[in-house]
Amino acid sequence: MRSRSFLTGFLLAAGSAVGTVLYRRRAARRRESVQLYFGDGSMISLTEGSPGAERLLGHARELLATARR
Amino acid sequence: MPTAQALADLTEISSQIQSAVVFDREGTVLASTVDDERAGLLASTALELLRAAEKQGAADKDVVQLDVALQDGSVFVVRDGDRVIVATTTTDPTAGLVFYDLKSCLRGLSQEQEKPKPKPRRAPAKRAPARKKKDAEP
Repeated sequence: MRSRSFLTGFLLAAGSAVGTVLYRRRAARRRESVQLYFGDGSMISLTEGSPGAERLLGHARELLATARR
Repeated sequence: MPTAQALADLTEISSQIQSAVVFDREGTVLASTVDDERAGLLASTALELLRAAEKQGAADKDVVQLDVALQDGSVFVVRDGDRVIVATTTTDPTAGLVFYDLKSCLRGLSQEQEKPKPKPRRAPAKRAPARKKKDAEP
């Protein structure tokens, strides 16, 4: 009985530790995105991987690198 | 120079903005917070970014502002008439605030330009010397 509750506790602790690590890793790797606002009030949001986003992200990365050189 | 002053105010007000460049539609740099060489490169890359962004929308739609969120920072571009401002920020900036500050900066610049120049003061007209009263003839 005692060893069973110890095992349950251990599994819960290990599970939450693994969950925390996975959550933090996922949070650290934010998705890159582009928001375009047009004169008529419309807006387009592009995330990495969507068509057209890579070119814009490439220009933006170049811009950020130049600014921080 | 009012443009340089507006940019200095901008970086002072917003702690999230790391660098900013104001330029026109041809890519001519009007003011920047970085050296001339980098400012020119930033302006030309921002123009390329704007042109690429415009291809994403309908042909008659102009991109008035955009932001790109990257892993290690963000890039903002705002256009107001012929003037464009590009700014780089820290990671996870408050996009609304950054846009507000950039727009205020551009608006301030255009108001500065629209102000009528004070007219040069004219020198006061010389008065003709007072005529001597002729002595009454007897």
